[in-house]
Amino acid sequence: MSNPLQLPPELEDALNGLNQASRRSFLAGSGALAISLSLGALPSAKALAQAPSAAAAGPYPDPDFLELDTWIVIHANNTATFYVGKTDGGQGTGTAFRQMMCDELDIAYDKTRLIMGCTDITPDQGGSGGSDGVETDGRPMRRVAAEARRVLLELGGQHLATPVEMLAVANATISLKSNPARKVTYAELIGGKRFNIALSGRNVDFTTGQAAIKPVGDLRVIGHSHKRYDIPPKVDGSLRWAVDVKLPRMVHARNVRPPFAGAKLQRIDETTVRDVPGFIRVVSRGNYVAVICEREEQAIRAARQLKTEWQRPDAAAFPASSELFDYMRRATPTSTSEPRIEGDPDAAFKGAKHVIEAEFEVPFQGHSSIGPAHALADPSDGQMTIYSNDMKSYSHRTGIAKFLGMPREKVRVIYMDGPQVYGRTAADDAGFEAAFLAKELGRPVRVQWMRDEEAGWDTKGPAHVFKLRGGLDERGKLVALEYDACAADYNHLWYNEPDTVLIAQLMGRRPAQPAKGSTEAPTAMYAIANRRTTSRIVGLPLIWETPLRTGNLRDPNGPQVTFAFESFIDELAAAARADPIQFRLDLLEQAKEDDMFRKSRSLAVVRAAAKAYGWDTRPSPKPRPATSLDKVLTGRGVAYTYRNKTIVAVIAEVEVNLETGRVWAKRLVCAHDCGLVINPEGLRYTVECGMLHGLSRALWEEVQFDTEKVTSVNWASYPSLRHSDTPETIDVVLVNGDPNPGRPDLAPYGAGECSHKPLIAAVANAVYDATGVRLRRAPFRSERVLAALQAQST
Amino acid sequence: MSIVKLHVNGASHEVDVDPSTPLLYVLRNDLDLRGPRFGCGLGQCSVCTVIIGGTAVRSCITPVSAVRGEVTTLEGLSKNGKLHPLQEAWIEEQAAQCGYCQNGQIMTAKALLDRNPHPSDAEIREAMDGALCRCMTFYRVQAAIRRAARGTMTPGEGK
Repeated sequence: MSNPLQLPPELEDALNGLNQASRRSFLAGSGALAISLSLGALPSAKALAQAPSAAAAGPYPDPDFLELDTWIVIHANNTATFYVGKTDGGQGTGTAFRQMMCDELDIAYDKTRLIMGCTDITPDQGGSGGSDGVETDGRPMRRVAAEARRVLLELGGQHLATPVEMLAVANATISLKSNPARKVTYAELIGGKRFNIALSGRNVDFTTGQAAIKPVGDLRVIGHSHKRYDIPPKVDGSLRWAVDVKLPRMVHARNVRPPFAGAKLQRIDETTVRDVPGFIRVVSRGNYVAVICEREEQAIRAARQLKTEWQRPDAAAFPASSELFDYMRRATPTSTSEPRIEGDPDAAFKGAKHVIEAEFEVPFQGHSSIGPAHALADPSDGQMTIYSNDMKSYSHRTGIAKFLGMPREKVRVIYMDGPQVYGRTAADDAGFEAAFLAKELGRPVRVQWMRDEEAGWDTKGPAHVFKLRGGLDERGKLVALEYDACAADYNHLWYNEPDTVLIAQLMGRRPAQPAKGSTEAPTAMYAIANRRTTSRIVGLPLIWETPLRTGNLRDPNGPQVTFAFESFIDELAAAARADPIQFRLDLLEQAKEDDMFRKSRSLAVVRAAAKAYGWDTRPSPKPRPATSLDKVLTGRGVAYTYRNKTIVAVIAEVEVNLETGRVWAKRLVCAHDCGLVINPEGLRYTVECGMLHGLSRALWEEVQFDTEKVTSVNWASYPSLRHSDTPETIDVVLVNGDPNPGRPDLAPYGAGECSHKPLIAAVANAVYDATGVRLRRAPFRSERVLAALQAQST
Repeated sequence: MSIVKLHVNGASHEVDVDPSTPLLYVLRNDLDLRGPRFGCGLGQCSVCTVIIGGTAVRSCITPVSAVRGEVTTLEGLSKNGKLHPLQEAWIEEQAAQCGYCQNGQIMTAKALLDRNPHPSDAEIREAMDGALCRCMTFYRVQAAIRRAARGTMTPGEGK
């Protein structure tokens, strides 16, 4: 493990059929075998590449989460392997899981390793999603590790003929408190053997043994900034990713997508590709078309060269992106939420001294993964093994089994590292395609989408239109608020559904009902006595086989909703001539505390952000002499929100170039409270990158389309944040605003999405502070900012 | 198909491919290298970057037959088991989230430091601007480049 040029052990294990067979036998309890893993003796990369792939003879049963042996194996060399049903999209959660389990087991971090998300050797914890890995899935991990420690202590007591109370544990070694020289290691007690301990729990999240987890004060590995174990092999090129797997007889496929939405395939002229070297087959079913060749570049060439004829649909698939918001405002909703009314908003508006209203718009924004969707499927031995980075490997397996009509036990997904997975990505779609093609061909098939396919056909975050209205009394106090959201989210796709993945849609499969879609109410602890909250969902004309598919994209509706809400709170503060932070603090002070202490923690976070920034109290916009000839104006803006139990406040300091319209976020400050911190540096970095992803959505990202296809299909037409946009300074302040910050049961809360959420609002508020111009339409590309500045000056 | 000779990371190879094949697929599929990856196939994102004759080259749009001189990939940066100072700096700064694009970040930075060992912040931004990252690791990538340029590897420094 210390050799950075060797493949990571957990990946070698996942790839090595022999070890997996051993693992399954081990879990099945067939004899007291020693599992053939040892940290010093791993097969070389070359040997792995030549090893028979997926040769293990299935079936692939589900590992039983109620068996301790499913989660933890102690090896003969006094190291441990942890098996968890999660995946890591690049935020270092794997490192955090290891830290949590090490702490409870009392074993050094570098004496352990972790295997994640491989469906036949790790318990089903659902993979990733909702930023709840550390918060929710970490609990059973800690409890089972604590249980393993309890069992080992009991065994140690017997071995040393000493009552458990008189024993100490450290570094996987049990010794007498009175005489540390009398000791026994975990390996001597159980190395290579099964615990044979049953656990309880009504589902995997509640899995527990008899042991309790440690109080916060006893934690030693948690709270330490261990470096991520996956970074060295990622920077030296040694890691084998899902995109890298090669199997004997493997071939390459590329999809041929309909040239316009809703097109019906009329004819394929296969003679146009038969002379492409390495050509194997064109596979088509309904409107799904793929070309398979021996080599990757051959498949790319053949997919481009294949002549196909398509029939246009009778009606336009959708309005052009330039008409989208007008269309959404006019569209008949597919569903409307029950209005949520608090107090008497109508009476309060009547009594208000000052009423303002504003509308906000956010376009469709894409995942647009840096590495287009990919998967490799192996149909050997009548089974199906999919090598994938899909963040929900378990539903990937189940969905593909259903799609192919195969028993689940014959299908498995081997999860490996891949490009970012911030929700429902096209990784879902690519795995189904690879499996379908592999089954058709009877050979391992690797699929990867092209850039235009990824940008054009991946799932999008839903476009939103908002209308807000607020009433202030004579003292500038917010007395009434109306919030109305409209999201283009009808037929929102869930994960790995065998009747909604793209290949299923193109083949003509349909679920009984399209999903209704959703948006969400603003998340802020403000006390607003009289308010009305409404929302509705609208659909575009073409529902199926459309490139404008919506799906979860990092905090699915949060950035859009928070942009509208926190911009409008800022407008209200400006109308009240109040400092934007003081205005928010006043609203928070009047709030009622909840069981997650979100009021106290919100106040702590907003104050911490102001302090870290060095905020001077004054209203926006920033006063500036009328005679000023400055071409670059600076301003600062704040936005606050929470996501589940995690609280965040971001302050952006921007420069706005009045001649070019360019907005540069020169400085970002984030105060962040997610409870117990597992790995402070890892957390800071995730918070940083979450903010910058939000900044990219604030400044650049917008899916553009005409009435039949997406036109923003590469990095020139779908620009994303770049090095030149990077802030000069980023400060992340980790806050523990719990009223009892030292309490022994302080829990960790999710951190993968919250800091992403307030960025668009913080930047818009900072631009207002700098220029007095309110940007209500994201993203804030130069030409749009320039137009807004010019509109104000005329 | 025809025989093409390549010099990659100090070793010579002969591959039998169509001469128009982009270098990327030969490196990945014939030589089993994993540093350069497919990102866009258009030369826009830099995920596929290799260094040829001191220049950062987009291997996804470079025909294998056009390659002249030694090709260095991410795997070729370390010497005798010792990581390149940029790779050390990357680990020290923890400058990766998912890591898929980091080949492009590191190789572009390598070409920069080879021609300008002490770049200013503005020069770093300009040279790196074509190296895209959808996890948005730019801030720490820039810190890692500064760290490598300083040649100081004190743990904990440079944040």
